[in-house]
Amino acid sequence: MKRKSRWWIWMLAMAAGVALALALGPAGFGWPVHGSPIWMARRDRVWAGFVVGAGLSTAGALMQALLRNPLADPYVLGVSGGAALGVATAILLGLVSAWALPVAAFAGGFLTLALVYALATPRGRSPSLYTLLLSGVIVGSVSGALLMMLITLAPSAGLRGITWWMLGSLQVPSAGLLRTATWLIGAVLITSWSFSPEWNALTLGADIAHNVGVRARMAVLMGLALATLAAATAVALAGLIGFVGLVVPHAARLLVGADHRRLLPASALAGGLLLTLCDALARSVNAPAEIPVGVLTALIGGPFFLSILRRRRGWSP
Amino acid sequence: MSAPAIEVVGLKAGYGKKPFIESLSFRVEAGEMAALLGPNGAGKTTLLRLLIGQHPLRAGEMRLFGRPVGHLSASERARLVALAPQDLHVPVPFTVEEVVTVGRTARLPRWRTSAPDDLRAVEAAMARMDVLALRDRPFDELSGGERQRVVIAMALAQEPKLLLLDEPTAHLDISHRLQILGLIRRLNAESGLSVLMTSHDLNLAAEFCQRLFLLDHGRLVAQGTPEETLTEPLLRLVYECDLRVRREDDGTLTVRPARTACAQ
Repeated sequence: MKRKSRWWIWMLAMAAGVALALALGPAGFGWPVHGSPIWMARRDRVWAGFVVGAGLSTAGALMQALLRNPLADPYVLGVSGGAALGVATAILLGLVSAWALPVAAFAGGFLTLALVYALATPRGRSPSLYTLLLSGVIVGSVSGALLMMLITLAPSAGLRGITWWMLGSLQVPSAGLLRTATWLIGAVLITSWSFSPEWNALTLGADIAHNVGVRARMAVLMGLALATLAAATAVALAGLIGFVGLVVPHAARLLVGADHRRLLPASALAGGLLLTLCDALARSVNAPAEIPVGVLTALIGGPFFLSILRRRRGWSP
Repeated sequence: MSAPAIEVVGLKAGYGKKPFIESLSFRVEAGEMAALLGPNGAGKTTLLRLLIGQHPLRAGEMRLFGRPVGHLSASERARLVALAPQDLHVPVPFTVEEVVTVGRTARLPRWRTSAPDDLRAVEAAMARMDVLALRDRPFDELSGGERQRVVIAMALAQEPKLLLLDEPTAHLDISHRLQILGLIRRLNAESGLSVLMTSHDLNLAAEFCQRLFLLDHGRLVAQGTPEETLTEPLLRLVYECDLRVRREDDGTLTVRPARTACAQ
């Protein structure tokens, strides 16, 4: 079962997906006039869809490798929720520049991940799947509650849009933020691709990685930081969009195998395409009203999550 | 005369407050095939982990081919010594070739896919362990014997000068044990690879290794040729049961339990 790289199929699917996303919208099906406001708006959403989808999928693929856990994903582990809390705090403090939001999201996300991991880890051993999920859920709901409290206590002007944003939306708040997010997530993609051999080794466990010459602790920490940066930036740009980081790497592994050299680019492209298509659907299925795209991804991703959980035999304990 | 593959002097190490291994000294010459024997909990696996730098030592010296382990960088160490673990859990659908390629991690180029040298080394390692035909099979689907050969191939892909094996034959039937130890001895004889393995199988260790170490409670009780180490008094001391050692007509040494089995 040698996997041939059928890159042209990918490129075709990509082009077809982008074309479909550009043609679909609340204004109905049709190719927008180049340069028109509709064209600009749809272009930004496709762009944001690719950036956010690629960021979340890369974060998910990295977390699954580093935690050796098929159900790891920034949303499930509470990283996205922590990042959202960071963003809401920054907005309340008036720090809304194109760099302040991703930085605040990263701080919130990384603190949450550290907390989840610490809670789930018995002394000196690696955490089990279930303790990790459980502490992710608990920390996630606490940070969700804190977010709600911030929203209700805050002056309504500052956080008016935040409820919608919490549900996940590719309605880009500012062109500057979109550009910053593109740079940040692009940097994570390139850096993490260059460390593919290390991620492959760490997938076999920290001891094996050590034996084959990886400075394991450092590499895990760096990988988790990269994953958190990608996920947090995605949250700063588009809010809480769940399960993309979970579903996409699994699908990509079926297509191109588990080697991170191929898995990471495939996950990024597939994640971008999936989110762009979901967004096109969310905009047009109930036009002129929009469904938040995060609602749509959760509707698809939730059952998928359960099916992996049920078929988990043979995965790490 | 080249530096010994392993030279340990006055080693002290352990997990908790009390050192588990104290004043341990031994050496394995370059090109030798040696085995660490001893009951469960004697410190065999800990010693392997110390040798590959997974644990810090508290005191003493530990040199591989004359170079102190603590002074080697991670990638230098990976080119010098490889450890094939007893068990490998692969949580993603890696193929055999992908698992073996992990052995190349310290040498793989960062900004491109594997170089020709890496592909050659991976293929050579798979050929050596007779798993070349399995290269595209998912690792999960392999039998116990096949898995163990793939794990050793991964270690060989590092192209080390010293190979450490943690109970390479633990879960295998007798024919697979012979197969794996035969492949390793051929490597040792043909390419001069130094080998140190842990084992519970005294007979096979005596058959395949030139030098044996008897370890008990973190102390070295005896070392030397199989004839020197596998003696009834020493074995009773270490394993706390009555064993009979016999030299067969063809020169092989066999160890079997005495008729009454374990006395204590």
